Amino acid sequence: MLNIVGKRFWLFLISGVIILVCIISLSTFGLKSGIEFSSGAIVTVSFEQEVDQDDLKQELTNLGYTNAIIQHTGEGNFLIRTHELTGEDKTNLEDALAERFGHLSETEFNSVSPMIATETTRNAAIAVAIAAVGILLYITWAFRRMPKPFHYGTCAIIALLHDALVALGVFSILGGILGWEINLMFITGVLAVIGYSVNNTVVVFDRIRENLREGVRVDFETVVNNSLVESLSRSLNTSLTTLFVVLALLFFVGASIQNFAVVLLVGIIAGTFSSLCIAPQLLVVWEKGEWGRFIKWLPLPGTKTKE
Amino acid sequence: MPRRNTLVLIIVLVIFALALSIVLPLNKGALGGRGIRLGLDLQGGIHIVYKADLSSIEQGERDSAIEGVIAVLSNRINPLGVTEPVIQRQGNDRILVELPGLDITDKEKESLGRVDILKFGELAAEEEEARWENELGRWKPATAIVDGEEKVLSSQYFKENTYVTRYERTGEILLIFEWNEEGSKLSEEITGRLIEQRMGIFEGDEALRGDDGRPIAPFVQSTITGTGQISGLSLNDAERLSKQLNYGRLPVPLEIIYDQTVSPILGADFIDMSLKAGLIGIALVMLFMIFYYRLPGLMASLALIFYGVLVLALFKLFGVTLNLAGIGGFVLSIGMAVDANVLIFERMKEEIRSGRTLGAAIETGFDRAWTAIRDSNVTTFIVCGILYWLGSSIVASAPVMGFALTLLIGVAVSMLTAIVVTRTLLRLFVGTRLAQRTSLFSIYSRKDNA
Repeated sequence: MLNIVGKRFWLFLISGVIILVCIISLSTFGLKSGIEFSSGAIVTVSFEQEVDQDDLKQELTNLGYTNAIIQHTGEGNFLIRTHELTGEDKTNLEDALAERFGHLSETEFNSVSPMIATETTRNAAIAVAIAAVGILLYITWAFRRMPKPFHYGTCAIIALLHDALVALGVFSILGGILGWEINLMFITGVLAVIGYSVNNTVVVFDRIRENLREGVRVDFETVVNNSLVESLSRSLNTSLTTLFVVLALLFFVGASIQNFAVVLLVGIIAGTFSSLCIAPQLLVVWEKGEWGRFIKWLPLPGTKTKE
Repeated sequence: MPRRNTLVLIIVLVIFALALSIVLPLNKGALGGRGIRLGLDLQGGIHIVYKADLSSIEQGERDSAIEGVIAVLSNRINPLGVTEPVIQRQGNDRILVELPGLDITDKEKESLGRVDILKFGELAAEEEEARWENELGRWKPATAIVDGEEKVLSSQYFKENTYVTRYERTGEILLIFEWNEEGSKLSEEITGRLIEQRMGIFEGDEALRGDDGRPIAPFVQSTITGTGQISGLSLNDAERLSKQLNYGRLPVPLEIIYDQTVSPILGADFIDMSLKAGLIGIALVMLFMIFYYRLPGLMASLALIFYGVLVLALFKLFGVTLNLAGIGGFVLSIGMAVDANVLIFERMKEEIRSGRTLGAAIETGFDRAWTAIRDSNVTTFIVCGILYWLGSSIVASAPVMGFALTLLIGVAVSMLTAIVVTRTLLRLFVGTRLAQRTSLFSIYSRKDNA
């Protein structure tokens, strides 16, 4: 039989490396917030002729938009993000660009005042906090009949934090490289994914509880591994079906909900991984009190003695 | 049991037929209702939030001031021909305006929230600060002191009886207006001072321009009181202005604090793309379910079709507005809808392996998986509820609310379809010869090495 629990140290190592990369990226690139949170304006324009991005950047600088961020979103299509614009500012800007680069049409315009941005940020933060409390309450409730509710709950929360951190980390990397921003849909996606990943963990833990009750006294590690293998196909299959539709969204709807689809994609993969490869293994390590063994096992300099 | 199952099957089929008749055609109304409502990002349009500056209005009269603003905005918006405009008060001093499907110029958009549609100006002296600049020079607002207060001459003092006519001899277009009492005094004062000088007319930040493209800035011939006229406009501009001037004036200044404008062309692409994504998503899920779970997978796929139709019917019945994020939520819910089936089928496989008959396996499979299904949807419900609250508390609410609502409806309906419909369909096979062929249930006795 597949021994997933036996390879727990390796799984922790993989996950640790991923988390480390995410943390490094978060601390170097940080997260770029979209206009919903930081205020400003986005104008999406479509030029009839192909326009060079550098030329556009230069022209915007000449016009005084020195902080403008430009994204090329398709043939002749550009997204220009800048400070808040009044209707007049925007008309002047578009006229100036049309004069330089030929006819253009505006496909989208979004302007958010600082007041609205502050309000949105505050309410999004409240929503995240309430969601966190709600999910914690749910975990407490879902694990109330588990043998050691505190252990199970804590492991589920660690798995949840793992998923959120990976989603944030991936977005900070994408932000650093491609200029992707954190918007409301990102928050929405992260919350949806966290809910989903907690479900996955609950399914696996539920199986462990059931097998522990069955009563055949084998050691904890074997019970957890058996439970994992038994719930493997259903965990993978529920994630797979969801991944299919997310991929369809990503490839066929594209740019506009790209951020959202990518959060879901990353989150579902991370959530499946954490519920199968992190949370149950953590339970075993905790049960057996082998944190010390894990530290020793790690190929850190100075601790060469592998057992 | 079989008889009861047949009954359930009939009910399911009736609901399916009903739902289908509601859903098709997608763009038309069902049972007297409308087609599926599309959000701003899909059909294009304008979403603006204004903040009214109520600082000059006394506490007790603020409500009526806001009502006045809404009335004037409605007057200005109605002639634009928007089918379902939304003009709504939000909180104390905000007004939400949603104009779906509308494609208007920036100038028209600006004029919606303008207090004074037209302002009059005089040339500024060298050292004076200019409000406008054009080929005729630098301009400042024309002001005079009336009742001990300095006021700017503007269309704020027009009576609401402005009209367009033609000058008989030359056919020139004239916009005729009448000053109210205050305006008359102002005009008398100002035009008296400006005789033989130009008086500029400005719309917002720009000079009002005539049919010939030149700024309209006539020389004042004599003191003007009572009525006045603006000549040289194009017929279109004159008629537009006359309408706008007669729609009443805003009691307080408005400031745009949120603006989202989407061109309708963009939206059409999204509808095509998201339809494609939905269909491909559903096809992939069905193929996977059939490939992996065989006969039960096929039944789950049928249930999924039922699910899709039922959810769309509910969207239509409850008037859920579908935007891009909402479609995202719906598509996501398709993927999650079969999760319940996966849980059940995995259970069934175990039951069959442990020697139960198909009938018994179906019943225990469904019974035992129920708690897991219920529990595993709880977090989704919690998250949807919180997102819905978030959506209702912020200005840029449409995507978040759209997603929360469609996902919530989707998951709730899927619990019903994945369980009731799939079970009913599967029970049809109990006792038939097909039930003996375990390969149809993806049970392979030899390969079973678990």
